[in-house]
Amino acid sequence: MSRRKDNYENSRWLKFKRWVDGETDTLTAERMESAAPEEKIGSGKIRKEAAEAGGKETTEENTDSKAVEMPAVSLSEKRPGDFEPAFRGGRGIRMYNRFYQIMSILLCLSIIFVLLWTIAYLPIFGNAGNPDNNEVSARYIEQGLKETGAVNIVTGMILDYRAFDTFGESCVLFIASCCVLVLLRIDSDSQDERTKKRLEESNDRLFEPKNDIILQKCACVLVPVILVFGIYIVLNGHLSPGGGFSGGAVLGSGLILYLNAFGFEKTEKLFHERIYRRITVCALTFYCLAKSYSFFTGANHLESGIPLGTPGAILSSGLILPLNICVGLVVACTMYAFYTLFRKGGM
Amino acid sequence: MTLVRNFPFFSIIIAMFSGIISSILTGKQAKNVSLGAILITTAMSGAVLSYCLGTGQSYTYMMGHFPAPWGNEIRAGVLEGLTALLFCIVMFLAVIGGMRHTFEDVEGSKTNLFFIMIDLMLSSLLALIYTNDLFTAYVFVEINTIAGCGLIMIRQKGRSFTAAIRYMIMSQLGSGLFLIGLTLLYDVTGHLLMSPAKEAVAVIEAAGSYEIPMLVILAVISVGLAIKSGLYPFHSWIPDTYGYATPTASAILSGLVSKGYIFLLIKIFYRVLGRENVIASRIVNVLFVFGLAGMIMGSVHAILEKDTRRMIAYSSVAQIGYIYMGIGLGTQAGMVAAIFHMFTHSATKALLFISAVGLYEVSGERKDYRSLRGAGYRNPLAGVGFTVGALSMVGFPMLSGFISKLLFATTALQSPHKMMPTLIGLAVSTVLNAVYFLRLVITLYTRSGETGSEIRSAGPDRKENGAAICCFVLLNLFLGLMSQPVVQAIADGLAMFD
Repeated sequence: MSRRKDNYENSRWLKFKRWVDGETDTLTAERMESAAPEEKIGSGKIRKEAAEAGGKETTEENTDSKAVEMPAVSLSEKRPGDFEPAFRGGRGIRMYNRFYQIMSILLCLSIIFVLLWTIAYLPIFGNAGNPDNNEVSARYIEQGLKETGAVNIVTGMILDYRAFDTFGESCVLFIASCCVLVLLRIDSDSQDERTKKRLEESNDRLFEPKNDIILQKCACVLVPVILVFGIYIVLNGHLSPGGGFSGGAVLGSGLILYLNAFGFEKTEKLFHERIYRRITVCALTFYCLAKSYSFFTGANHLESGIPLGTPGAILSSGLILPLNICVGLVVACTMYAFYTLFRKGGM
Repeated sequence: MTLVRNFPFFSIIIAMFSGIISSILTGKQAKNVSLGAILITTAMSGAVLSYCLGTGQSYTYMMGHFPAPWGNEIRAGVLEGLTALLFCIVMFLAVIGGMRHTFEDVEGSKTNLFFIMIDLMLSSLLALIYTNDLFTAYVFVEINTIAGCGLIMIRQKGRSFTAAIRYMIMSQLGSGLFLIGLTLLYDVTGHLLMSPAKEAVAVIEAAGSYEIPMLVILAVISVGLAIKSGLYPFHSWIPDTYGYATPTASAILSGLVSKGYIFLLIKIFYRVLGRENVIASRIVNVLFVFGLAGMIMGSVHAILEKDTRRMIAYSSVAQIGYIYMGIGLGTQAGMVAAIFHMFTHSATKALLFISAVGLYEVSGERKDYRSLRGAGYRNPLAGVGFTVGALSMVGFPMLSGFISKLLFATTALQSPHKMMPTLIGLAVSTVLNAVYFLRLVITLYTRSGETGSEIRSAGPDRKENGAAICCFVLLNLFLGLMSQPVVQAIADGLAMFD
């Protein structure tokens, strides 16, 4: 019985319920719970001691005042949310909070209603006379094969007609992985005691190898198939449904499965952070240079000199095949990097 | 085709490429690459501007081998060149001015990631300025949003995570609405490029079909971009974001990112939806009202605030309100005033953030504005910079803020229904601005009792900050004293939009 209650207390539902009831502010409260408070106080002490030592030596007021300020910052971090004290303020505020929630729900419902209502006035889906069945899609469908050399019209559209957008999309992936790096990578060079301790305590690498036989046997069968299938999707992007984005996702999931079955040590023999970064940079650089060349020649009405080949052959459709490979590599690396970063212990 | 015509494309690609290669460089190398890229793009934007001024025409640039309705396209004119030039300059000075803090706030092995964010931010801003394609605009809005999040949370202390989450949620909401708007627009026009889409919109308006979808499109796109640029009722992410990020990031986010979205909104109004349709739909009146509310409420919040940087951030809310009020006036001159104020604000707000850094440094890095007492004597250059910025925001003659207020006031006289609210709003907001900015300036130049205790000797590392402040002050004076050609160029550029 008591165990059940424990489970309930830890559950997301209770947290959600408490948030709905206005007892906590999730934004700050969750962080408070995840970061052990004594750790923070400890770090504050360390900083303070260090600052005191520094202050004695240099007699500079400034370091001291800075050091006093820093624990204050970490204290203010722990201070529960902006508006939590307000909840204890009284009934009026609680009422206001309730009113606020009801209003926000009403607002959402009304936005949903307006958008659905708009849909009723849009052109009927799939109608031949719709505005989007115009000369643009006609040319994509009729001339696409001749002009881009890609049997898969979608690939021809995204990597040739509208390649600039796709370049932007791959940069979105790149910058998203950079942001995850900012957020999750633990700085191994850092001399901070706390970081080192955290790195040692919660490193998934320490619990390896797990040697789960079922998983390993399955992976032995599945991983090669998945990887070959991923490579097939990437390479045939201009011929059949697929392409860099989907093939890269398949490749990435194959790598993740391998990592799960055999652990970091074996995976990192052939695929570690440096290689990951080199592959990403090389792929994006090639994409950038190749497309720049293509844009430049196109805009200046020059011949690009890239042969389109016979449609249907594997080596055809000009730049689309190498670009697909680049996109595939970037996507695979990004997926794998995301997974390793979300595991404890960094890349 | 002359080489200059390629420059908009070159500058986008160079900024992006420098971001890509920075991921294998060290922090210092990435810094140099980034600064180099910004300088090159500055020069290129200048060349584009002078070329467009020379020919008196705008031009489109085909991205690839396929012409307008099929392939991507970018477009450059006087207004695009001018905005790009100013953004590049502000970006460069902001990066220089906050450099020392950047290296302090960001963990050593993540410095190159910071510069990746800067590079990609620059490239996405340039793409937003030059784009002639709605979907390209959306893709680069995404890059801009993610880079903004990265810039906020890279300073991994204080409340920057909370600020980043707030920013992300609000910003994604804005992006989502914008995307819904684009989807609906594509559904009724069948085009993603701006010029063919505008023709299709004209046909639709003439036929009177799709009346409700057009209204919803207009509303959803305006609200989406207004959320992303921080118009008053959607401003809740601003104070945390600008208050807790590293100074360079605050300067860039407040000075440039929100302006990029406003520029995109103006571009969509003119080049896709058509100015007459926008005015006829009365959405401008909504923007006008919220702009006015923002002007007053932003200043009131700023007066109540004790933390200097949050105070400057709330002042941004007020200034964004000014810009939307200008757009809301619904006249050509109002738009010119709004764009001029956009320039004023990006130059001035970045100056305020960067010089506030110099003042913090000599005051023990405390947040409360009262701790800055006497800081103007301890770091004279930053003090002068902050004073100039504050006076410009208040609207002191000779500075750029004065010109934009003058433009707003003269424009308001032309629209009879909105004249009184605008003038009253301007007057009240100016007084409120003066209350908190002059309070800060007076604090800066009040001698504190304990002089000497907090003085830090002027180190050599303060040179960069000082140089950036000087350049910002000059930029401000330039916009204030030589406003005529700038205003003329904006008017010409807007005329090219049609």
